[in-house]
Amino acid sequence: MSVIYVLLAISLAVAVLFFIAFIVSVKSGQYDDDYTPSVRMLFEDELIKTPSEKKKCKQKEAIQLNE
Amino acid sequence: MEMNTDHCYHCGTPCDKTTIEFDGKPFCCQGCKTVYEILSENDLSYYYDLQGQAGATPKINEGKYDFLGSPEIVEQLVEFSDGNVQVVNLFVPHIHCSSCIWVLENLNKLNPAVKASQVDFPKKTVRITYNASELPLKNLVLLMGRIGYEPNISLADIEPKKKPVNRSLIYKLGIAGFAFGNVMFLSFPEYFDLSSNRESGGEFWLNEYQNLFRWLMFLFSLPVMLYSGRDYFVSAFKGLRSKMLNIDVPIALGILTLFLRSTVDIIFDWGPGFFDSLTGLIFFLLLGKFFQQKTYSFLSFERDYKSYFPIAVTRILPDGREEVAQVYEVKRGDRLLIRNEELIPADAVIVKGNGHIDYSFVTGEAEPVLRQNGDKVFAGGKQLNGAIEIEITKPVSQSYLTQLWGNSVFDEEKTTRFQTLTDSIGKRFTVAVLSIAFVAAAFWLYYDSKNALNVFTAVLIIACPCAIALAAPFTLGNMLRIFGRKKFYLKNAGVIERLAQIDMAIFDKTGTITTSSTTTAFYEGMPLTEAEESVLKNTLRSSNHPLSRALYDMLSEHNIVTIDDFTEHTGQGIEASTELGNIKVGSAEFTGNGASARDDSTAVHISANDAYKGCYVFRNEYRDGIVEVFEELSHKMKLAILSGDNSGEKQRLQELLPISTLLYFDQKPIDKLHFIKRAQGEGHKVMMVGDGLNDAGALAQADVGIAISEDINVFSPACDAILDASKFKELFAYIKASKRAVGIIKLSFFLSLFYNVIGLFFAVTGQLEPVIAAILMPLSSISVVAFTTVATNLIGRKLG
Repeated sequence: MSVIYVLLAISLAVAVLFFIAFIVSVKSGQYDDDYTPSVRMLFEDELIKTPSEKKKCKQKEAIQLNE
Repeated sequence: MEMNTDHCYHCGTPCDKTTIEFDGKPFCCQGCKTVYEILSENDLSYYYDLQGQAGATPKINEGKYDFLGSPEIVEQLVEFSDGNVQVVNLFVPHIHCSSCIWVLENLNKLNPAVKASQVDFPKKTVRITYNASELPLKNLVLLMGRIGYEPNISLADIEPKKKPVNRSLIYKLGIAGFAFGNVMFLSFPEYFDLSSNRESGGEFWLNEYQNLFRWLMFLFSLPVMLYSGRDYFVSAFKGLRSKMLNIDVPIALGILTLFLRSTVDIIFDWGPGFFDSLTGLIFFLLLGKFFQQKTYSFLSFERDYKSYFPIAVTRILPDGREEVAQVYEVKRGDRLLIRNEELIPADAVIVKGNGHIDYSFVTGEAEPVLRQNGDKVFAGGKQLNGAIEIEITKPVSQSYLTQLWGNSVFDEEKTTRFQTLTDSIGKRFTVAVLSIAFVAAAFWLYYDSKNALNVFTAVLIIACPCAIALAAPFTLGNMLRIFGRKKFYLKNAGVIERLAQIDMAIFDKTGTITTSSTTTAFYEGMPLTEAEESVLKNTLRSSNHPLSRALYDMLSEHNIVTIDDFTEHTGQGIEASTELGNIKVGSAEFTGNGASARDDSTAVHISANDAYKGCYVFRNEYRDGIVEVFEELSHKMKLAILSGDNSGEKQRLQELLPISTLLYFDQKPIDKLHFIKRAQGEGHKVMMVGDGLNDAGALAQADVGIAISEDINVFSPACDAILDASKFKELFAYIKASKRAVGIIKLSFFLSLFYNVIGLFFAVTGQLEPVIAAILMPLSSISVVAFTTVATNLIGRKLG
């Protein structure tokens, strides 16, 4: 059997795999809100600050939102 | 009292009346200070670092959510409940910045019973998972209210579950794009080796696997034909059945011909077929649809009274007990308790207490009206001052306001009444294409019959009006976004086409052409002395009546005078005595002027030292630029004003507006609707501009219904477009821009016709190679898209 069949099968399998991933991600609602995650990732990981730290990072750049 | 221009650390409003200092920061009121305390005590002060002055003053009225104590109602509200753990999705209108997202997603810092919370910013909703045995829904809502994020829970939330989100267009687009890309790859060998076939030698490798590649392309095209392109067949079939040649007929014809011809080609090994063009065509068409489908998910264009009415009310039983009753269960004769800030759900009569009813939802009138024992009150009014008891005279669905929704105009979809530009061109186009195809086929039958079928299908393929079908979605979709940036939010792209055809504009008066944010008052009567004005100002300070507050803000500063005696006669006025004399402020009767001529307007009467002095007459300020807007519009269309109020303002309006403007007063909601229906019967394309629920019928009946809104997040009746009140003066510019957008669509039709003519030349002469179709079709689509995008952006720049 020619190698082209193997290559085609592999490339098709990869393509279809990504296609299924796309369908699944749409179905799970990942694309319903395409805005909030972009803001959420900018929040500080450490949410609770100790009192001494509180003073230090008083003025932080506001995250600009476009509505 | 000294003036202070500090801005509240929490909500950002100027603290000009009283500033509360706390923790070295200014606060405008106790409520804002409390929120700050709660947040800083719980290590949530990062809220203020993220975005300054992002908060809202908490206005929650604890009794208002008593109905959440009822398990049946909670059951209807929550998305999921297993007894302990509940999930609820709440609409919070105040969500507007990153601080909002952050604090709502950290609710569990305030109460550990909250397990998870996730904000959907565009929709302004938050989904909260919480432990209901530790924190019942009612307490959760109160918790949110206390930090200024009161959710909006209305009758619409317990309606039969909303239709699930429709994501089918994304699937269709995804499949078409996936297939398009793969078919393109599989076609590449054929593009580069055009003349290769088994007989003439050529590339051995290609010839060996040609059929495999072709059948793979066929396989990829199948889901595109059967699933992605299905809507075009359905729409064309529907159009044909109702004897209408819409644009989808030639599209469906083109797609079908492409598919059948390509399949036949590969079966008989006549050529590689047009699968690349087929999948590309459908992909581009769907892309246009997707682009046009921009929605403002935080706005709702479908709201009816249910979005504003409460779910439950407090019913007083004959034995004096109170119970929570669902709004729909309220019957004639029931006694209800309406607390401060609660909505009256049905027409009723006041039986106890004094009503200050705010009808701004209904009429747009911002000034509350006074109602006493025995007076009628109407559904949709909001009680502002203390609790009242009312007796229901009509059930919810038959009330003055709500029965409007029984009208059939609310059932029909506006788009079905209107033929779009694209569809109207579709008819001529189909006829032209079919005749060219038949003439060309007839010619070839005579000349070289082998080629006849080839030419016939080639014409249908190349004439497929892909670029025409893309012109409107991209122009209108882009225009929709430009308008959105200018605070003019459209329900869908079709509104622009309808707006361009308007030849009659009808306006509501109160709240639409008048503003509710600033009121002016002028004084009529004997001038007040310095001392009297000083007493008046000091007296008003002690009163909570909305008119007193408004008047207080308007009077100039005076020294503080000690008030020796102060009495408030509810429903009549206030009385105070000071060392400078005594004063009475209130109704005409109360101040000793029984024969007041000005009973058609809102007025505050004054009498000092038992002698009637005069009155402050309140009137609404007309919006900025109203004279200019009406002047400009009057050159292009007929104008009319339909007001639900009495004719008190008639003279002033006649002075302000062009003479041709028709003025009608005392119009009931249903009158407005019928007025528009009549105008449409006379052949007018009507635009209605309104703001309250009483305009809802007219907005639905009009060809374009525009709701004016001071705060787009809070309130707007069902409509086609929402215009931010600050942009009212741009109204004419927006209509002009819509007309230009339609002009652009027409120009793009010519552009795509030009490509069609080139393509038809190849088709008719029988030389249409797949590769030519594969170049020509995307090229025409892309140039149309580029042209419309550039042109609409130019229009947008002109809007400034």
